[in-house]
Amino acid sequence: MNIAYSTELICFLVLSAVIVSGSLAVVLLENIVYSAFLLGGVFLAVAGLYLLLNASFVAAAQILVYVGAVNVLILFAIMLVNKKEKLKPIEGLKTRKIISSGVCGGLLILLLRVSISTKWNLPGPPSIGEEATERIGEHLFTDYLLPFELASILLLMAMIGAIVLARRDISIQTDYINDFRNTKSLSDKKTPLLSENSLK
Amino acid sequence: MLENSIGPVPLQAYLIVAAFLFCTGVWGLINSRNAVRVLMSIELMLNAVNINLMSFSSYIDGSIIRGQVFSIFVITVAAAEAAVGLAILLSLYRNRVTIDMESFNLLKW
Repeated sequence: MNIAYSTELICFLVLSAVIVSGSLAVVLLENIVYSAFLLGGVFLAVAGLYLLLNASFVAAAQILVYVGAVNVLILFAIMLVNKKEKLKPIEGLKTRKIISSGVCGGLLILLLRVSISTKWNLPGPPSIGEEATERIGEHLFTDYLLPFELASILLLMAMIGAIVLARRDISIQTDYINDFRNTKSLSDKKTPLLSENSLK
Repeated sequence: MLENSIGPVPLQAYLIVAAFLFCTGVWGLINSRNAVRVLMSIELMLNAVNINLMSFSSYIDGSIIRGQVFSIFVITVAAAEAAVGLAILLSLYRNRVTIDMESFNLLKW
């Protein structure tokens, strides 16, 4: 075992320890701001795993999209809905936690058994290493062209949908408009319909 | 087993880490009462799937790397999902003034 092997092994162990403990802390911690920052740490560690797997482009995309966009978005959401509220207790919470822990543990055991006992077709063809970025570009513009374009349309739809959903509704005072008996003429209505006072 | 694999880390180690991450995400998804934490658990699960795709792409499909392309698509969909999910969360908070998952039972019997 030369020094590159041991370095890679140590890097993998450290990154996987960060991922496992960080994900547990994200789920279990009470303070959600800590959870959000630890989620960023988990994303960074996953990007480190991608670097160990000779995928520098996907690691960069992971850091840019997850740490730079998704995590910041989650932090913004936490700050926008930051209200300390007393969660009212519900009955059967403890049994629900126990049952779901059993289900998740069973799923974990099943996945571990499948991943260990399966005879994977190893070793595969040699890894192309740093040419991966060029190969991803070739894939995106030849055989994965349709999913690529669909992904761009999906991003556009998500952007417009998020704007429409999160926009504050502008309400105009309608008693001026619905003034059916014409008690006041239009010129008497001093307040313009779209002013700072009429917008709530 | 070690001399058969590419490096010192076997494929199964990556799969084990991904399985643990996925199960943590499932547990958080079921048990969280804060709606933001539910979205964070979904992101954890998507990351576990990405680790699986990347490790298979590196160990078994090393010359064509279809797994890396798939994981880029997964990252794209995850970004879109996070944006729309948080927008839905903000509009829910504006209407119900709470983010407790147990109080979002308008469509439940």
